[in-house]
Amino acid sequence: MDIKAYIALSLTLFIIGIIGVLTRRNAIIVFMCVELMLNAVNLLMVAFSNMHQASGAAKALPTFASDAQIFVFFIMIVAAAEVSVGLAIIVMLYRNTHNIDVSFLNRLKN
Amino acid sequence: MSIITISFILLSLMAIGSGVMMIASKSPVNSILWLIVVFFAISGHYILLNAQFLAIVNLIVYAGAIMVLFLFVVMLMNLNAESEPPKNYRLQAIGIIAGGCLLLVLLSALMMVKQQQPVMLAGGNAGLIKTLGKVLFTDYVLPFEISSVLFLSAMVGAVVLGKKTKLIENEN
Repeated sequence: MDIKAYIALSLTLFIIGIIGVLTRRNAIIVFMCVELMLNAVNLLMVAFSNMHQASGAAKALPTFASDAQIFVFFIMIVAAAEVSVGLAIIVMLYRNTHNIDVSFLNRLKN
Repeated sequence: MSIITISFILLSLMAIGSGVMMIASKSPVNSILWLIVVFFAISGHYILLNAQFLAIVNLIVYAGAIMVLFLFVVMLMNLNAESEPPKNYRLQAIGIIAGGCLLLVLLSALMMVKQQQPVMLAGGNAGLIKTLGKVLFTDYVLPFEISSVLFLSAMVGAVVLGKKTKLIENEN
């Protein structure tokens, strides 16, 4: 399998997330599209880690491929923390406006 | 065509199709369920790439914990009723065209690359739990500990934000 297939797949998933953010107005679905974009990047990072292993460079620096996967692990940790705070913000928004349409949030006052 | 190629194509179609369904479906609960399918497909890709630890973590953290959190929020706020106002179709079309143009530009730039670089499938030990555990608890032990502080601050932040504000108390 060529690395280009993985790049194309990740690009497609990322752009599905971008289209979702641009077109949907429900705050929860916008937030889920951001999660999808994060996952597309994670997938590409793991694919590059394996590409590095497949090339001969892994002999010189044996922990490099593992480093990439640790990086993905930390991205997942930060995403989990981010989701908890983001959902708390959405709940607070719903309590104050009884609506989660992001187009209501175009002013910072009130 | 080898079995690996076939499973790659199947998992990719599953991920992309479910992603499209996610942004196309009307009710938020359906969207969440489609996103869980996407996460399962991405976990399948991780297994295909021999990143077993990340496959399991992806299933537990994303499909297990985060999506349940989303489902709880949607169901507790009773948002499943289609509450979206009549849409602005012109803005939607503009969004889809903009995203499609970006995809087209990036994919055509990718197709111009002639170099072949294989990805090692079902081989190598970088993604095994043993290897990753050793690296995580020797080289990356400080970031690992700091991430616990991050979780603590996220927990405190969620509680502070989730508390009833004064505005609501006055209304009651």
